[in-house]
Amino acid sequence: MVQLTLPKGSEVKKGKTWPKPEGAKKTRTFKIYRYDPEGGGNPTWDTYQVDLERCGPMVLDALLFIKNEIDSTLAFRRSCREGICGSCSMNIGGRNTIACTSGIDEYNGTITIAPLPHQPVVKDLIPDLTQFYAQHAEMKPYLITDSPTPEKEWRQSIEDREKLDGLYECIMCASCSTACPSYWWNGDKYMGPAALLHAYRWIVDSRDEATGERLDDLEDPFKLYRCHTIMNCAQVCPKGLNPAEAIASIKGLMVERQS
Amino acid sequence: MASKADTRPLSPHVQVWRWHATMASSILHRATGVANYIGAVLTAIWLVLLAMGPEAYGIVETLQTGVLGVIFTLVLIGFTFSLTYHMLNGIRHLAWDAGKGFDPKGSNLRSILIIIASVVITALIWILA
Repeated sequence: MVQLTLPKGSEVKKGKTWPKPEGAKKTRTFKIYRYDPEGGGNPTWDTYQVDLERCGPMVLDALLFIKNEIDSTLAFRRSCREGICGSCSMNIGGRNTIACTSGIDEYNGTITIAPLPHQPVVKDLIPDLTQFYAQHAEMKPYLITDSPTPEKEWRQSIEDREKLDGLYECIMCASCSTACPSYWWNGDKYMGPAALLHAYRWIVDSRDEATGERLDDLEDPFKLYRCHTIMNCAQVCPKGLNPAEAIASIKGLMVERQS
Repeated sequence: MASKADTRPLSPHVQVWRWHATMASSILHRATGVANYIGAVLTAIWLVLLAMGPEAYGIVETLQTGVLGVIFTLVLIGFTFSLTYHMLNGIRHLAWDAGKGFDPKGSNLRSILIIIASVVITALIWILA
């Protein structure tokens, strides 16, 4: 259901302003969403000053600076710091992206950082993505075949392999799905851009033999057709993929197989 | 997953989101779609009053005078914009359905162009008609 306001208890109140690090000359202000599950109460916006001379160039570096130098209680996910694990996805400057490949200098003024939108918050910048992963699993993201397994690998022509470009690179960071207003309002029934991109990745795979069943599973007013081409998914994907186009391709196949 | 016992907060969504042109044109498409429904009903009522003869049509004439008349004209201008925008963006939806025009930058540009074109066409209709 569409609910534009945040439920009671989720409104973000004004929080603490942390002192500027000692001796810092060149600083950048970060406004960061904080929620402490043990302390109770509403989430808050805390303000930090990051010493740019003692900090790396990326937003993730700034978060690590805050955690190491200012406030060790700040919680966020991170792992590879090179845009391949998808852990540090969050809303930076009003857009979802991954903190490790976003330069501090790509933003003007105060940088606002919030968890991925419209998700239950575990702590600070950590959302609960249980539903997101369940939807990915529902897409059966693996090769399904009836033919006997070949002795070596399943062969595929170069042209057929190229059809998977722009699809297989997804790192499951959830930036796209949590950017989608349709997913915000109907995330329990609509599969969302990431899961549908993965569905198409297997539908279009020349080696997969369950194309019909995969399309059958998506023939539903909510699962697939809640996509209204708002394009937020493609706008924010940190890997430059285009879930909106993949979803349109699935819709096209739905029509094609009826005629 | 959120349940009744879930006391965890919901992370902010529209409160923090910085809009793209495509998001604005999408919500405008929905809004003009709703406006077109209402406009079609009002047009039908207008035609029914017209068919009922001079006495019934007097209601419309009353609405067209004075302050009400200004509002009447503004509603008509709004309806013209609504129809124009919904049609232009509808053509774009046809292109999308054909699998074309998904690049994010080009989509933003086309969103802005469609909004500008709708304003211009609405103005031309009212200046020329």
